[in-house]
Amino acid sequence: MDPELATTIAFYVFALLAIAGSVGVVANKNPVASAMCLVATFVAVAGLYLTLSATFLAAVQILVYAGAIMVLFLFVIMLLNLSHETFEGISVRRTMGGAIAFAFIFISIGLLWGTGPKPGEAMSVRPGTGLEIGRTFLKDYVFPFEMASLLLLVAMIGAIVLARRPKLVGGDR
Amino acid sequence: MSNDTVYLIASLVKAVVIFLAGVHVVPILVILERRISAWVQFRIGPNRVGPLGLFQPLADLVKFISKEDFRPATASPMLFGLGPILTALPPFLVLAMIPLAPSIEIGGRQLALSVVDTDLGLLFVVALSSLSVYGLAIGGWSSDNKYSLLGGLRSSAQMVSYELALGLSALAVVAIAGSVSLPEIVAQQSQFIGFAENGRWAGWNVFAQPLAFILFLIAGFAETNRLPFDLPEAESELVGGYHTEYGGTKFALFFMGEYVAMLAISLMISILFLGGWHFPGDKAVIDWAVGLVGAEGAAISWVTALIGHLALLAKVGFFLFLFIQIRWTLPRFRYDQLMTLGWKVLLPLATANLLLTGAVVSWS
Repeated sequence: MDPELATTIAFYVFALLAIAGSVGVVANKNPVASAMCLVATFVAVAGLYLTLSATFLAAVQILVYAGAIMVLFLFVIMLLNLSHETFEGISVRRTMGGAIAFAFIFISIGLLWGTGPKPGEAMSVRPGTGLEIGRTFLKDYVFPFEMASLLLLVAMIGAIVLARRPKLVGGDR
Repeated sequence: MSNDTVYLIASLVKAVVIFLAGVHVVPILVILERRISAWVQFRIGPNRVGPLGLFQPLADLVKFISKEDFRPATASPMLFGLGPILTALPPFLVLAMIPLAPSIEIGGRQLALSVVDTDLGLLFVVALSSLSVYGLAIGGWSSDNKYSLLGGLRSSAQMVSYELALGLSALAVVAIAGSVSLPEIVAQQSQFIGFAENGRWAGWNVFAQPLAFILFLIAGFAETNRLPFDLPEAESELVGGYHTEYGGTKFALFFMGEYVAMLAISLMISILFLGGWHFPGDKAVIDWAVGLVGAEGAAISWVTALIGHLALLAKVGFFLFLFIQIRWTLPRFRYDQLMTLGWKVLLPLATANLLLTGAVVSWS
């Protein structure tokens, strides 16, 4: 089998899965089903990275987004035990918002249509391996990299401070 | 045939073989579990079906298949069916990443003996095994039963907590091997104990990283929800936890997922810490075997792969036995003890171990 053809087929399979998943996120009334659709989207995007031979990105995509972040999302949804969303009817504001979102999507598609490499061609661009990405991060861009992690740490501490009750009741463990 | 066609066919064959091997390990583990538990508890265990009771898993299978496919009336149909599938799938994907023997030579080509031949094997193993939490969480939630929900919640909290210790202790091995490729990590442990000529550690990683080994083992037990970490299904508190409402084939899928995950984690421990397919004196044994069958050329790599594979299987068998033995020996943790152990003991120890390893590796 021609590898370019195989990549093209894989691209369309993953692309369709990603689109179907993201439609499922907004179309589902059940929050847990939405979350699972988002996981499917992340996995499909990881598959798209694989067709671009960005193996490292694909692994990290699954590890971080599907494996860690979405688990916490799901955990919170399940813990709050959110019920089904109800359809609250059509208002002018909602219609406006929907129209703007759709216009944005169609304009973006119109602008980007036909630009960029085709799925098979994109294979010729070889992105960095784990080693190269690691070198770039920890040598050339070590300062921005560390700043980004500091930012995440600050956000985490902030969240804990905000979520913490002023006085723990009976918390002497 | 072009190179690509050969590669495609080889990959398909490997995928089918590994999948079937994974499926067939489950009944073996089931009968082992039942016999070993009986042995631990001074019972006889199932010994009626077939010689020595060996056909018991077959009888179990018939029972599973012939049971009613029951679903609670309020359960969400799609998610309820998705739960067991999502539990059984990730362990098989992990198996696909793990090399089972050194690569062999066929028709002048090197053929890696893992379904997916990637140099990021460890990364994919950690990533894919982290996906198995969804099955338990979704199964527990969609059952619409408070015990199931608690089981699902417990499993997601537990997996997220222990994944960190698991990943960080594996990273210490990566720091020593200088690679996340599983075949390269095995190649680095070519001697039993000793250093390579360039002064780097070339023995089994369990001797260089005893702490990481223990942390990985503990976190591995937690990741597979085996006792003493089976809080998600704690029978005495939660009826059956996330699988309370499941029966028949769907329950069997949960079961299968757990056993294949055990197999995968045993393979990973053997590869990361116990030298994979290397064993003391393996070169002499391989030379002897090559001389015995009179292998030449490509056939030498076949003999090497076979012996390496048997060595790896022996190690895996030991860990599977350990998994079963511990299940029937230790009592269950309390939930707050579980969280304390994960976050306040394992995680700091794994981080300290990684920092120390990193310092030593970059120093030398």
